[in-house]
Amino acid sequence: MSVVEIKDVGKTFEGGTTALEGIELAIGEREFVSLIGPSGCGKSTLLRIVGDLIRPTAGTVRVNGKPAPQARADRDYGIVFQDAVLYDWRTVARNISLPLELARWNRRRRTGRVQEMLRLVELGGFESHYPWQLSGGMQQRVSIARALSFDPALLLMDEPFGALDEMTRERMNLELLRIWEASGSTIVFVTHSIAEAVFLSTRVVVMSPRPGRISDVIEIDLQQPRTAATREEPRFFELVTRVREALHLGSDLDRKLAAPAAEAQP
Amino acid sequence: MATIAAEPRADRRRAAFVRSAAARIGMLVLVLAVLWGFWEGYRWLWIREGWTWPFVVDSTTMPHIHDILAALFRKPTSGTGDILLVQLLHATWFTAKEALVGFALGATFGFLLGVALSEWRLLQRGLLPYVVSSQTVPILAVAPIVVVYLGSLHVAPWFSVAVIASYLTFFPVTINTLRGLQSTDRRALELMRSYAAGRVSVLWKLRIPAALPYIFSALKVSATASIVGAIIGEAPSSIQEGLGGFIVNFNQYYSLNPENLWATNLMAALLGIAFFVAVVIVETIVVRRAPENVA
Ligand SMILES: Nc1ncnc2c1ncn2[C@@H]1O[C@H](COP(=O)(O)OP(=O)(O)OP(=O)(O)O)[C@@H](O)[C@H]1O
Ligand SMILES: [Mg+2]
Repeated sequence: MSVVEIKDVGKTFEGGTTALEGIELAIGEREFVSLIGPSGCGKSTLLRIVGDLIRPTAGTVRVNGKPAPQARADRDYGIVFQDAVLYDWRTVARNISLPLELARWNRRRRTGRVQEMLRLVELGGFESHYPWQLSGGMQQRVSIARALSFDPALLLMDEPFGALDEMTRERMNLELLRIWEASGSTIVFVTHSIAEAVFLSTRVVVMSPRPGRISDVIEIDLQQPRTAATREEPRFFELVTRVREALHLGSDLDRKLAAPAAEAQP
Repeated sequence: MATIAAEPRADRRRAAFVRSAAARIGMLVLVLAVLWGFWEGYRWLWIREGWTWPFVVDSTTMPHIHDILAALFRKPTSGTGDILLVQLLHATWFTAKEALVGFALGATFGFLLGVALSEWRLLQRGLLPYVVSSQTVPILAVAPIVVVYLGSLHVAPWFSVAVIASYLTFFPVTINTLRGLQSTDRRALELMRSYAAGRVSVLWKLRIPAALPYIFSALKVSATASIVGAIIGEAPSSIQEGLGGFIVNFNQYYSLNPENLWATNLMAALLGIAFFVAVVIVETIVVRRAPENVA
């Protein structure tokens, strides 16, 4: 059974912007799928539709075999936004336990789980810090811990490492893969970085803009588990090139650049 | 090892605290000295030059600061019994109780009203204009009505005064609560939505904590307004024991003993500062937020 099943989904905003059109995608259990594409091609919109944060104007989305609103009500997924979105007035531990409080876990179970999560994201000892006392990368790890705390089958991540420097980002990538393996969840991941998409994913979904469509889906057959050395394998570079070409094919600008003569003719 | 490392840090923190406290007290003394200098300097210059604009300066309009302070330690000429300071302390305590009850009533009502207005749009559209216009009715006009009405219900007069004080208190709290509750970060709300959080949870775990800085800035305004309300409310309630009673009384004898009224004003100001500081202290305990320089 697919964890996520997107059928002919489209989204036109009130202003008339068609952000998505004819999106078809099925994501299986324990997959790591990255969405990549130029800015404004509807990646965030698609993710938010899957999470039922907004409704599509066409098509259907099923998560764990249920309609998306039902899946949201059942707390089937955890979400990580581009910014950590932590609550300033809560300590790290209480930020992580927020979804557990909402799911009415008792205090003892919450404390146990928060400790477990802090170990998972390697933030032991920081439980009573406030978010603004942490670095950006640490904040992002707290938000990942929060998303994972209630063991969702599906993790939706919208450019979670967008604001980080390259080195921190690579380290976070490795941590995310470790967490993914340990937790056994399915991940849908939005990114702007081709290398990141290839390194992390089992599949890369390439999108093109105006209206947002899926222009290509590329299987990433790099060996699991991935390590820092993966980035130096020839196959890694081949796949990066594959994704880059797919991206450029989908972009209007490159199409024009590729055929300047045709454009110039009346 | 950790304790060894922690010890000097605790020491250093204590030293830093003592230093900042000393700096604050020094600053306070300096400000008071400057204010004193201005008052006496202005007085001296205006009297020497015989200037009459904007008003004639003499010992009636601007008594010496030391005369005002001295008045505190004399028995007021008209009265009997304790020295003025003791009498004023009793009065301040009396008014403080009225103001505190009024503040608590007003802040609670103001907060609840703000929450209600923010949760129910329709209510906001229907009620907000009246809430705003309530503040255009002068407190002096409202006070006698409250006194007469509550008096007919056999409510203690001091409680009428508290209700009058709450009339000045609730409005800033309502407006700021409403604004705070409506300026919740959109993504923080989306996070709650992703957890399928109910309306009460969103309010309790997100909107209200996020609105606290707004609410506290209103409480600071309200804390001093509640004292003004209590003092004004004492006159129509014919309460003699409070600061309001003393002000009315000393006002009548102003030309004989202007120092008495000034001394009373001084106590009222100190009470206002005490209320303000109390709110600030509660704020630092309750509100956890990033320091301004951190993004
Ligand atoms: N709430 C909205 N109302 C109207 N239009 C919107 C709204 N949200 C997004 N859009 C439009 O939908 C399109 C896709 O936006 P989306 O945020 O999904 O892009 P994206 O692929 O995530 O871009 P980026 O990589 O820059 O984050 C854009 O053209 C945007 O202007
Ligand atoms: Mg986006």
